[in-house]
Amino acid sequence: MEWLQQLINGISLGSIYALIALGYTMVYGIIKLINFAHGEVFMIGAFIGFYSIAGWGFGFIPALLLSMTVCAIIGVIIERVAYKRLRTATRIAALITAIGVSLLIQNGVIYMRGAQPEAYPEVLANKSYNLFGAQISSQAILILSVALVLMIILQFIVHKSKIGKAMRAVSYDSEAAKLMGINVDTTISATFAIGSALAGAAGVIFGIYYTKIDPLMGVIPGLKAFVAAVLGGIGIIPGAMVGGLVLGVVETFVSALGFSLWRDAAAFVILILILIFKPSGIFGKNTREKV
Amino acid sequence: MKLKKFAGIFAATTLALGVLAGCGADGGKSTDGASTGGSKDSDAIKIGVNLELSGAVASYGTSEADGIQLAIDEINAAGGVDGKELKIIKVDNKSDAAEATNAAIKLTTQDKVVAIIGAATSGATVAQAQIANDNKTPLISPSGTSPTVTVQDNGDVNEFVFRTSFIDPFQGTVAANFAANDLKVKTAAIFSDNASDYSKGLAASFKKDFEAAGGKIVLEESYLAKDSDFRSTLTNIKGANPEFIFIPGYYEEVGLIVKQAREMGIDVPLMGADGWDSPILIDLAGKEALNNTFTTNHYSSEDPDGKIQEFSKKFEEKYGKAPDAFNALGYDTVYLLVDAIERAGGPDSVKIKDALAETKDLELITGLYSVDENHHPIKSATILEYKDGETVFKTKVNP
Repeated sequence: MEWLQQLINGISLGSIYALIALGYTMVYGIIKLINFAHGEVFMIGAFIGFYSIAGWGFGFIPALLLSMTVCAIIGVIIERVAYKRLRTATRIAALITAIGVSLLIQNGVIYMRGAQPEAYPEVLANKSYNLFGAQISSQAILILSVALVLMIILQFIVHKSKIGKAMRAVSYDSEAAKLMGINVDTTISATFAIGSALAGAAGVIFGIYYTKIDPLMGVIPGLKAFVAAVLGGIGIIPGAMVGGLVLGVVETFVSALGFSLWRDAAAFVILILILIFKPSGIFGKNTREKV
Repeated sequence: MKLKKFAGIFAATTLALGVLAGCGADGGKSTDGASTGGSKDSDAIKIGVNLELSGAVASYGTSEADGIQLAIDEINAAGGVDGKELKIIKVDNKSDAAEATNAAIKLTTQDKVVAIIGAATSGATVAQAQIANDNKTPLISPSGTSPTVTVQDNGDVNEFVFRTSFIDPFQGTVAANFAANDLKVKTAAIFSDNASDYSKGLAASFKKDFEAAGGKIVLEESYLAKDSDFRSTLTNIKGANPEFIFIPGYYEEVGLIVKQAREMGIDVPLMGADGWDSPILIDLAGKEALNNTFTTNHYSSEDPDGKIQEFSKKFEEKYGKAPDAFNALGYDTVYLLVDAIERAGGPDSVKIKDALAETKDLELITGLYSVDENHHPIKSATILEYKDGETVFKTKVNP
């Protein structure tokens, strides 16, 4: 039953990637910006969760909600301060700014609290269940269910709510949306808020499942989530979810086959292959550029 | 009585000079006044101390400096060495290899010390090795555990460089013997950090000696530092069904490995080395998960040995806390040097070097010490066991 166990390991890892990838994909879908600071919002979310649990004695749900709220605000601030002015600039300028913001946040956090890692307090009792001979921990079940619930809520917001409708309109054609009376700025802020809140939630879940958090923890999961978003088709919400899960499972099986040192490489090989063979991702349609 | 007073004045002077050194704009130069100041200087034996007193690994250096100070005070209070005072000239190398080199040049050429103690880390010690050889000044690192500290890449031994601590691969040997002889396990898995020479060295020596002792390595896996998901590899290890797992890594990853292994139902004994030694390990892994895990270390303050208990008590009186391994290593280094000075018949650097190279069965706090032809110590290691988040002295293993 080792394969089942590995599948469970992979899905748990993948659902964290998926949660981060959702934020990437939403922002890209709306303003065509790869927000490299997204991994840092994830890190901040983990730290807010840590301080609210260890410092103020919050439970899991209040800590999760607080972390999501603060991250949403931070996401909006990042957008207003760093990206808004560059909306008409070249895409490379916005991309470089995103990398700059990412480094600024990392080093800002190191400056404020030092670079030493922190161990997450045990806020949820961890029990192991036996599933056909494989061990599944209650925390893994929790990760998966929180990820699923958040994704369902997200799908609901995007397809049923007014702001979701505005988002889809802006993503389709922001100029036309403006002519139709949609407040583009508010819509973009809302996108950043929702995407960042998901990253914050992923941070708290990551902390609980993997225990160790540090100011540079956002770098690798951030890149992996980017790969997941591209894999699923950047800009497509169900694509990010599937991409995240696929990536988690692939990485786990690479380790399981005895190539544990190659797991990071595997993720980026996937990125290269997908960019060569199907740049629009698993869920993307091949649209021909109009000349 | 007179002697005590004398020692008191001496200690006060050193302290004042230390403070002055701290204030000086250039830590490397400000202690110079010391060598020209007192009239007793011709009688004093000058020992250079070149440690990481600030910078990234300052906690190692300052711990060792405390241990050194305690030993120096003790020896001077008891009349010094052959009636001569010991005098230390302390320099901060700021946890930087280039600074360590500068400090070594200053100590050997300007202060003309008979020997240098330091640095705490292997890198900063290697940086001074050439200077020690060129100036024929013995250099003793209290805690540089890399074999390259005393043996150059081409196999030549650094004639004037010694160390107090055991070398890294030795801990692998001790762990292998402990697993095979004390825990009596027949099969083991190794899970090492592929990004660290320390971890790879330990894994290699563990493998060699565990197999020599009749054991079988069922699986060898590695991880990369900064990883946080070890579950897939641990699933493989669990599938191989070893009776024992050797994890020679640093606490940041080891803490997570131990936690995830226990969650997956791996309940066999786990073992590591001094890289585990940190309070953060306990936070990361959790107290319960750490039960039935063992580490090798230089020393334990809970060792019932009378000499260690006496040292612990003296240290606690002076500094108000229990001594850690670095305190003990700093303290031992002074005694190792003093023993060599006594056998050399005086403060002659070359004779001291010869005496150091012949050290045999010297009783130190961190174990019975002899030196081999590579200037690697042959000494005992302590094995600690984690019990409910506390390290408990388990046994002492001789090489």
